[in-house]
Amino acid sequence: MKPFLRLVFRNRLAGFGGCVLGIIVILAILTPILPLRPPNETDTANRFLRPLSEGYLLGTDHLGRDLLSRLLWGTRLSLAVGVAAALAAGIAGAAIGVIAGFFGARTDNVTMRGIDMLMAFPYILLALAIVAVLGPGLFNALIAVTVVNIPFFARNIRGVTVGIVHREFIDAARLAGMGDARILIGEVVPNIVPVVVIAMSTTIGWMILETAGLSFLGLGSQPPQADLGSMLGEARAAIITAPHTSIVPGAMILLIVMSVNLLGDGIRDALDPRLRAGALARPSAATRVERKTEPTTKDDGLLRVFSLETQFHAGNRVYRAVDDVSLRLDPGECLGLVGESGSGKSVAALSIMGLVASPPGVITGGAVRLDGQDLIGAPYAVLRSLRGRRVAYVFQDPLSSLHPIYRIGDQLIEAIRTHAPISHAEAHARAIGLLEDVRFPNPRERMRAYPHELSGGMRQRVGIAMALANDPDIIIADEPTTALDVTVQAQILALLDELRRKRGLAILFITHDFGVVAQLCDRVAVMYGGRILETGATADVLAAPSHPYTRRLISCVPELGAGRRKLPAIPGLPPAVDALPPGCAFAPRCDRVRDACREGQIELRGDDRKVRCLFPEAAP
Amino acid sequence: MGIYILKRLVTAIPVLVGVSLIVFLIMAMIPGDPATAILGSYATPENVERLNRQLGLDQPLWQRYFIWLGNLLQGDFGRSFALNRPVLDEVLERFSATLVLAGTAFVLCSILGIAAGVVSAARQNELADKAVTVVVILGISIPSFFLGIMMILLFAVKLRLLPASGMYSVWGGGDLPDLLRHLTMPALALAVVATGVIARLSRGAMLEVLRQDFIRTARAKGVHERRVIWHHALRAAMVGIIPVLGIQAGFVLSGAVYIETVFQWPGVGRMLVDAILKRDILLVQGGVVFVAACYVCFNILVDVAQSLLDPRIRT
Repeated sequence: MKPFLRLVFRNRLAGFGGCVLGIIVILAILTPILPLRPPNETDTANRFLRPLSEGYLLGTDHLGRDLLSRLLWGTRLSLAVGVAAALAAGIAGAAIGVIAGFFGARTDNVTMRGIDMLMAFPYILLALAIVAVLGPGLFNALIAVTVVNIPFFARNIRGVTVGIVHREFIDAARLAGMGDARILIGEVVPNIVPVVVIAMSTTIGWMILETAGLSFLGLGSQPPQADLGSMLGEARAAIITAPHTSIVPGAMILLIVMSVNLLGDGIRDALDPRLRAGALARPSAATRVERKTEPTTKDDGLLRVFSLETQFHAGNRVYRAVDDVSLRLDPGECLGLVGESGSGKSVAALSIMGLVASPPGVITGGAVRLDGQDLIGAPYAVLRSLRGRRVAYVFQDPLSSLHPIYRIGDQLIEAIRTHAPISHAEAHARAIGLLEDVRFPNPRERMRAYPHELSGGMRQRVGIAMALANDPDIIIADEPTTALDVTVQAQILALLDELRRKRGLAILFITHDFGVVAQLCDRVAVMYGGRILETGATADVLAAPSHPYTRRLISCVPELGAGRRKLPAIPGLPPAVDALPPGCAFAPRCDRVRDACREGQIELRGDDRKVRCLFPEAAP
Repeated sequence: MGIYILKRLVTAIPVLVGVSLIVFLIMAMIPGDPATAILGSYATPENVERLNRQLGLDQPLWQRYFIWLGNLLQGDFGRSFALNRPVLDEVLERFSATLVLAGTAFVLCSILGIAAGVVSAARQNELADKAVTVVVILGISIPSFFLGIMMILLFAVKLRLLPASGMYSVWGGGDLPDLLRHLTMPALALAVVATGVIARLSRGAMLEVLRQDFIRTARAKGVHERRVIWHHALRAAMVGIIPVLGIQAGFVLSGAVYIETVFQWPGVGRMLVDAILKRDILLVQGGVVFVAACYVCFNILVDVAQSLLDPRIRT
């Protein structure tokens, strides 16, 4: 409970709401023993006294009654009615919801249909109809507000109950021979209570507002008794001559409802773990850069990555996703970037064009140069004009990476027109051409298709066509075939290879599959724990892997026609990049590990063939 | 598409029947003799007798429901004893005034709410976001009737900019500019609460969408960030926002009851409150059933709009 409260009050607004509400509630409780005039004592000689008058702190109303006293008594009444309505609606709604959710089937169906009917009304119509039948009065208004809010609780609690009923401990109770009633009371209800309490506490403000509203209309509390709503309703007639008589009760309602809402928000945020982790942060248009110095290394070519460092900052933790990664990509070349999930290969690839989600991503060092132009420090406008035009991406899951509610034709046309100042009709024709280039059947007709209407392979062809839209120099393909069937995978790989040869594209191909690398890539870089362990020409690396990790990664690839053979998995898990061990990141899983491997940084050594290992398999 | 709309229309029928049944049952719970309740306590026994027969009140409950429903479908909502005119005429007249007010408020709160939500999501944790958050909290906490009174005090009494009440000026009004002058304050006051709710929800929906892969794709294409937010993200977020607009329409309609009272707008809400205070039961019944039916139909429109926006629903 204590950490929970601390969590709630860490939200300053919630703390403020809690304090204000606390003061109001204490005042309301103490009202009968405070030295106040009786709230209904009239004094027609002193009508409409202004606030701070002698003996009347907040002035008097149209009958000369003390506003302060009426305000506190009215607050007391409004709070009581709000709490009572919330309690009654909460309990009745929860009972209905639990029964519907627990018994399911017919009971559930009939009850929920009824609830849906009630929810089909704008709430006040129902409340008005009920008050019309019962007649105006505070108690009747309370009943109306309660009834109107029952569906809300019933529906919520039913949902929660359905979730609980399918849990194991309910089955266990049934197997133990417990009856429905015992399971309901012993197992279900205790799990529901916190949910109901929270739902009630967050709706009290709303209930107070609604009953005050009915009183304001003259349908709630009747004179001389007054809650805040009817005080406001009565004062309205004198709004011009004595505005304070309206402002005082109105401001009180505002204060109560606002503090309840603030506190309720705080409670909800504290309970919702998603919000707590700050996961709902919005990724900005380009990755945040906090680079101290730009590396001065000069080695201009098509694409050069120098000691790139990308980290994730979450709270106080720092995840070093990419650490000292250098890559080189020449025109028409295909470079494979290989590693397990979490090795940092995708983050490295996304860093190139500043597409790492940030927050939490931050590029903390290194340089990316495209034709000698630094991209890390480049302003957003420059980065944007290069994205898609010179460097295009193809992503892993074509379903989630295509916009679900735009037609594929429109998405292609947008890609073209973002960089080329041509007419819609021209772009349309070019888009069809692109779809033909990627062997998309019936492109003319299917320009109007939505992504969900296509197969996985077709979607990825759209993704590739979109990447080709502006004739880029480089395509960065981030596991483009992982989400596809094996046969489709082969087609897509063949397509990429063909496009590369025809158009002279350079491809940075990210994958976890050495089989794919062997098929497609000229050179390969192996990543592990955010660092490059080995790099070299594909044929050389495949023939004689230097790093123990590379060797074992290669032996994980099954070969067709190679007969029966045991596929050796690599035991253990990739390291957590917020707590990398000193020395070699692979050391804990390595079968050739020696003490020296765990001591201090190990350099990536070599010329064309590089390896980061003290005891490589064979001399590179 | 046409089939989807047709299907949706068919599913509305049971809801409409249910709505009428609920209204009927609530009204049937009036204690004592309904005819007396309708005619008032000064009615002669003969009149009570005649009305009982007319309304079929001597029949069993379920038969009465069907008689009543049959009458409704023929446009016979009964007669208001307090106003001495057919209920339907009065309801239609009043409801058109409510539509002007609530419709304007609904358009206002949708546009303002979504815009505020998008801006505050796009500038998360920046000044604009914090400003929107504060306004939202104030908006959803302030009782609309209090806000209305404060607006009258400020704009009508102190600044003398806008008329304090009514739909048209008593003397020499009646044209569109006159209506707009009268409409400004009540429509704004009515829109405030829903604006807050919609802004908060839109912000959440946008934050959710902005983390999706297809947003990264749009950025990777080089699409301008403004377009990423207002086209790609907003369009996808609308799928989550539109159903809430439907729900908020109900709250706007509910709020209209208070605002019509504060600004003496001659709408259906004020009519219902007066009818309750005068115990004009048939007018209450007719008004409630009519407005509820309109609301159900409106929600069908919302569903259709939703399916137009999101092709995945149609299949």
